[in-house]
Amino acid sequence: MADQNKIRNFCIIAHIDHGKSTLADRIIEMTGLLTSREMQSQVLDNMDLERERGITIKAQTVRTVYRADDGEEYIFNLIDTPGHVDFNYEVSRSLAACDGAILVVDAAQGVEAQTLANVYLALDHDLDVMPVINKIDLPSADPDRVAEEIEDVIGIEAQDAPRISAKTGENVHDVLEQIVSHIPAPTGDPDAPLKALIFDSIYDSYKGVIVFCRIKEGSVRPGMPIKMMATGATADVVETGYFGAGQFIPCEELSAGEVGYITASIKNVSDTQVGDTITGRDNPCAEPLPGYKQVTPMVYCGIYPADGAKYPDLRDALEKLQLNDASLQFEAETSAALGFGFRCGFLGLLHLEIIQERLEREYNLDLVTTAPGVVYRVHKTDGTMLEVTNPSNLPDPSEIDYMEEPVVDAEIMVTSEFIGSIMDLCQERRGIYQSMEYIEEKRALLKYVLPLNEIIYDFFDALKSRSRGYASFDYTLKGYERSKLVKLDILINREEVDALSFIVFADSAYARGRKMCERLKEEIPRHLFEIPIQAAVGGKVIARETVKAMRKDVLAKCYGGDITRKRKLLEKQKEGKKRMRQIGNVEIPQKAFMSVLKLDEDK
Amino acid sequence: MEEGSVTNGEPLELYLHIPFCVKKCAYCDFLSAPATDDVIEDYVGVLKQEIMQKAACVSERNVTSIFFGGGTPSLLSSMQIMELMETVRKAFQIDPDAEITMECNPGTVTAGKLLAMKVAGINRLSIGLQSAQDGELRTLGRIHRNADFLSCYELARKAGFQNLNIDLIYGFPGQTAESFSKTLREVCGLLPEHISVYRLIIEEGTPFYDWYHRDAERRDAGEIPKILPTEEEEEKMEQALRKILSQHGYQQYEISNYARQGKACRHNIGYWTGVEYLGLGLGASSMMDACRFQNTSDLSEYMKEDFSPREKIHLTGEMQMEEFMFLGLRMLCGVQKHEFYKRFGRDLMQVYGRQIRKLSAMGLLTETTEDVRLTARGVQLGNVVFAAFLKSGI
Repeated sequence: MADQNKIRNFCIIAHIDHGKSTLADRIIEMTGLLTSREMQSQVLDNMDLERERGITIKAQTVRTVYRADDGEEYIFNLIDTPGHVDFNYEVSRSLAACDGAILVVDAAQGVEAQTLANVYLALDHDLDVMPVINKIDLPSADPDRVAEEIEDVIGIEAQDAPRISAKTGENVHDVLEQIVSHIPAPTGDPDAPLKALIFDSIYDSYKGVIVFCRIKEGSVRPGMPIKMMATGATADVVETGYFGAGQFIPCEELSAGEVGYITASIKNVSDTQVGDTITGRDNPCAEPLPGYKQVTPMVYCGIYPADGAKYPDLRDALEKLQLNDASLQFEAETSAALGFGFRCGFLGLLHLEIIQERLEREYNLDLVTTAPGVVYRVHKTDGTMLEVTNPSNLPDPSEIDYMEEPVVDAEIMVTSEFIGSIMDLCQERRGIYQSMEYIEEKRALLKYVLPLNEIIYDFFDALKSRSRGYASFDYTLKGYERSKLVKLDILINREEVDALSFIVFADSAYARGRKMCERLKEEIPRHLFEIPIQAAVGGKVIARETVKAMRKDVLAKCYGGDITRKRKLLEKQKEGKKRMRQIGNVEIPQKAFMSVLKLDEDK
Repeated sequence: MEEGSVTNGEPLELYLHIPFCVKKCAYCDFLSAPATDDVIEDYVGVLKQEIMQKAACVSERNVTSIFFGGGTPSLLSSMQIMELMETVRKAFQIDPDAEITMECNPGTVTAGKLLAMKVAGINRLSIGLQSAQDGELRTLGRIHRNADFLSCYELARKAGFQNLNIDLIYGFPGQTAESFSKTLREVCGLLPEHISVYRLIIEEGTPFYDWYHRDAERRDAGEIPKILPTEEEEEKMEQALRKILSQHGYQQYEISNYARQGKACRHNIGYWTGVEYLGLGLGASSMMDACRFQNTSDLSEYMKEDFSPREKIHLTGEMQMEEFMFLGLRMLCGVQKHEFYKRFGRDLMQVYGRQIRKLSAMGLLTETTEDVRLTARGVQLGNVVFAAFLKSGI
C-alpha cells in the first residue's frame, strides 16, 4: 500500500492556450515517465481532434514518480481536466478527485474569465491553488504584472509562483518541487468502507467500461463486489490499476488517497456516471460523496446521414461514441425533408461540433445537421408543460399559453477599450446587464444574463472578433425565463421544409427569416422553373426571395473528340443531383440545410 | 490492328488533327500550340506514316468524309496539304462524293494556298472568323482582323470553293447584342453555305478562365464591372441570332449549327448519328467496332510513331443507345424511331419511353409517331435532356 504522505493528486487549470498541456508534457517528461523521444507532443491530448483544436475534451490522467530534492520518491497523479465551458461539470468532478491545483497563467495575457471560473471551481472544492506563470519566454511577457493580477483578482499569494516556460522547460523543476511542498498529501481512512469518486469512464472493447476513480476512503481490489450509489449498478471488480502514459498498469489494490482505474465487466458507461460514488456492495459507506448530478444536454440538433442508406451506420457510430460519452444523448426522429435521423443532445455547441466531426472523420459519415436549438418549455393552455427540442414538435400556436427559454449567467472579462462593443453584442443578443467591476485598471468583468439560444451559434466567435481576441467568456445555466418565441418556417416552392424550421425570439424573426431566404437563394441551384423561397411565422410570410428559372444549360459543342469528356460532364452533373434532397419538385443541396448555422458569418 | 474486323463498304469518316497554330486564342483549350516549321514538317511525315499504317486495316471501308481540324490546319504549306491528301487518297478508298473539309484561319492563307487546297481535293472550308468586329477579335486573341477574313473569303470563292462555313462565337467579354447583330448581318451578307455559332464556354487552362476567376469576388460585389454579358444581354443576342439567320434563309439543324438547304455538315452529322470514325494525328479520337479510343496527346510520344490506342472504352449496347439519343437529339430533326429500330432492333419507346414522356411533360421534347426532337426550350436546356438518357435514368 502506498504511503499517503508520498502521494500528490493534482490537476492543472488554465485558460485555453495558456499552456496547460505543454506543462503537463514537461512534468511527465521530467519525472522520467517518458523520455522526450517517446513523447508525442502533448501526451495528454490524445485524440487527433484535441491536438488540432488545442483543447482537452476528455479528462486524461497520468501517474508518474518524482524523485524530489529531499531524496524521497513521490507519486504524482496528474488529472487533466477538460478545457471548455461545455464540460464544466466534468471539470468539477475532476477537481473533486484532486487535493490541489496548479493554476497556469499566461505571462502576457494574464487572468482570463475562464481562469477565474476554474479557480473558483477549485476553491469551491477546497483545493489548494498553486499559481504558475508560464510563457516567460514571450517578448510581451510581464510576469510581475501577472503575479500582481493573480493576487488582486483571485486573491491568492503569487509572489513565489514559479515563472516558467513550459515550452523550453525553464524553471519547471521549481514547479515539481512546489507540488511536493505546496500540494497537500491525501487523507482518508484506508480501513473504512470503500468510498470512491468516479471522475471519468471510457469504454474499451476488451475490458468493457474502465472507470477512472479517486479512492477517498477504504480500498478496492479485484474480486470485490461493488455498487454505484446513484445508478444502483453492481459489479464484481475484475482489475484495479494505475495510469501509465497511454497504458493501463494493473495493481493488486487501490486504497484511500490513490487515483486509478477499475474494470468490472460493466458494459455501459451510463452505469458509471461521472460524479457517482463507488462503494462496496457488502459493506457500503453511509453517505455518497457530495456533488453528483445527472448531466443534461443543453443543445439539441438533428443529425441525418447524407445518404439515407447510411442510417444504420450512423446509429452504430452514435452508440459507440456514447459508450465513451454518457453526456451524448440521441433518439431516432424522422423529417419529411431529411428522412431518418437522430435528435441529439449535447452539453454545448463545442460538444456538438466535436461529435459531428468525430462522426465524419472516425466513422466516415457524410452528415446533414439541422440548426442547433435549446430545450424550450411550452406551457399549454390546458395547463400542461411540454419540453420541446425539435421545432417540428411545437404545438399549434393556439394551444400555447406561453413559452420559456433557458437563460445563463454569463461572465465576460474584457479589456476596457472593448467594453462598449461587447456590451453592444450582449444587448443585441438580448442580454440583461447585471454588473460590471474593474478587476484591475484596464480590465473589467461584465456580468449578463443571456438567453442560451443566443449564445449557442456564434457568440464566442463574435466575442472574439469584437474584442480582437481579448475577451473571455464563461457561463452557467441559471434557469428558465418566459420569452416571446415563435417558430420560423421556411417554404421552398410553397412547401414547408421541416428541417429548416427553427424557434426564434419574435422580434428577431424578420431579420433572421430574411437572411435565411437570402442564404438559401445562394445555395439552391436554378431549376427549370422559378422557385419562391419564403420565411413564415404562423402562416404569415415575412420574407421572400426567388431562385430564377434556368435559362440555358446546353453544351455548345459535341464532336467526335468531345464525346467521352462531355458524357462524363453530363454524368457528373447528374451525380451531383443525386446527392441533393428532393423536396417536392425542388432539389436542395445538403449544405443548404446547414446554411442557417452561418447566418451571422458575414457580420 | 486489334480494332480489326472489316465490314466491306461500310461508311467511315476520317479526322486528321493538326495540333499547331500561330498563337493560342484566349478561349482555346484544344490540343494545339505554336511550333517551328521543322516540327510541323516532321509531324506531317509521322502523320503520313500513321495514315498508311492504319488504313491497312480499313482499306475496304468507304470513306464518306474527311475533316482536317486543329489547331490551324491551314497553317500547313501548300506542299504539305497536297502530300497529306495524296497519302490519304492512296491509303483509303474515298467516296467520289465525299465531303472534305479543312479548318482555316483567315490569317494563314494566300490565294496560292487556297488553290492548292482545292486542287488537293478539299471541297469545303470552315473559316474561323469568330467576330466581324476588330476590337472583339483582339479581345479573343485572334491573329486576324475582319479585313483579312473578307479577303480570305473572297479568295476562297475565287479558288472555286462552293461550300464554306463561317465559325462565330457569342457571349464573350465586351460583346453586346448590337455588335453581335452587326457581325451576323455582315456574315449573312456574304451568303456562306453554313454558319456555326458557339456560345462561349470558359474552359479551364485558358487565359479567359484565369481572367474570369481572378477578381470574381470583387466583380460579384459590383466593385469592378462584370466581364461577361449579362443574362439579359445574352438573351437578346440569341433572339438576334434566330431572327437574322432565318431572315437570310439559314436553318438551324443543330444546337450551334445553321445551314442553307442541303448544306449541313455531313461530317458532323456522322458523329451525331453513330457513323464510325478514325482519328489520325496527335490526340485524335476514334470510334470503331463499338470502341472509342484516342491517340497519345504527348507530341514526343507521337513523333516516335507510337500510334497505339489510349483510353480505350468499349461501348456496351446500352451505352451505344444512350449516345445515339444524346448525340442524335442535338440535331433539331431529332431521333427517327425507325433509325433507332434499324440500329438496335428495339423499339425506342420501349427503351426510353419513361424519359421521353417525362421530358415531354417538362416541355423539353416533342414526340410524334416518326421521331423525338427537342422543343425550342429543349434546345436551350439540352443538357437536362441529354443527361436524362445516361445510365440510371431520371
